Amino acid sequence: MTAIPAPRSGGGRGGRRTNWEKWGWIYMRASGVLLVVLIFGHLFVNLMVGEGISQINFGFVAGKLANPFWQWWDVAMLWLALIHGANGMRTLVNDYVSRPKVRTALKVALVGSTAALIALGTLVVFTFDPCLGADEFPDLVLSICNA
Amino acid sequence: MSLTQEAPAAGNDVEEALKPFTVTVIIRRFDPETMEEPVWQDFDVQMFPTDRVLDALHQIKWEQDGTLAFRRSCAHGICGSDAMRINGRNRLACKTLIKDLDISQPIYVEAIKGLPLEKDLIVDMEPFFESFREVQPFLMASKPAEKGKERVQSVAERARFDDTTKCILCAACTSSCPVFWTDGQYFGPAAIVNAHRFIFDSRDDQAEVRLDILNDQEGVWRCRTTFNCTEACPRGIQVTKAIAEVKQAVLRGRA
Repeated sequence: MTAIPAPRSGGGRGGRRTNWEKWGWIYMRASGVLLVVLIFGHLFVNLMVGEGISQINFGFVAGKLANPFWQWWDVAMLWLALIHGANGMRTLVNDYVSRPKVRTALKVALVGSTAALIALGTLVVFTFDPCLGADEFPDLVLSICNA
Repeated sequence: MSLTQEAPAAGNDVEEALKPFTVTVIIRRFDPETMEEPVWQDFDVQMFPTDRVLDALHQIKWEQDGTLAFRRSCAHGICGSDAMRINGRNRLACKTLIKDLDISQPIYVEAIKGLPLEKDLIVDMEPFFESFREVQPFLMASKPAEKGKERVQSVAERARFDDTTKCILCAACTSSCPVFWTDGQYFGPAAIVNAHRFIFDSRDDQAEVRLDILNDQEGVWRCRTTFNCTEACPRGIQVTKAIAEVKQAVLRGRA
């Protein structure tokens, strides 16, 4: 056996810790594959099936968001894409921002904006009510709401 | 008879082809004792198409300006001393022929990037070798070889890491890596190539140790697969492929 001490036993490039870098790398590949399916499925259903782009209006979106299948589809896209994008931005910050304070500030901003967008998006997808305000503005809402 | 008649004509052709021509070489000079910033300086040299950029540097140093500083040892592409940035690409000056460059334009020569510039074309290689040492680039076998015998290895087992044995540690790959330019803590392609050489060696038993070293924020995950390293390698090593294989090995947890 070698008389050389085990690597990473103090000194060098920092000690042993949970390795987020590996999981980040795996996440980028796994979510990338899923997103290809989800995004092209989304575009196909919205733009190719039925009347195509002319069918997209408030009622079309409201109809999709009333269906649990499309709710989960959209939420999956939202989470995967936002985290994928934010992780990509994080690697850019790691690569190109050398000043520690700027680096930390940018990462905090990234995490904050991503978390806010994910929270808002998820909230909207699951609590969306197309008939909200139907009592006050009966002319502006979908016909099904006045039934 | 016909042979004797053709011979002088052929000789004339050779003489035609061997006429030297003027090549302008623009070198990024830096003298730490007198300069704040490097400056570009141009030299005209008489070159044959079969000459190398190293010969141009020799001609400048020996006949025009003895203060020009550059490293070279064997001058035959083996020692890895004279990696430099020639026309914006990292190459060995001793392996770059004048005829392979566009000599209607001046030839730009500067030191490799990302390592501290010491003088003219010389950089401090210590951070580069520090990373190299950190991956433990030597055989670590758990059992001693059988008495009086070598460690047996099949042809296929040897071929597994053949490509990465070619490294001459010239730093052309590491100093062409944009991640390394902005983050000197990154191990860099050369260190990963030399780790690869032992990780996939069937005689070595400590692949996990090296994989653990490279499974780091500054390890293989830093690689953005820009292929600059593969393009720069004067030995033709598929550097990016080797890094990808190390990534796969880290995911598996073994070689």
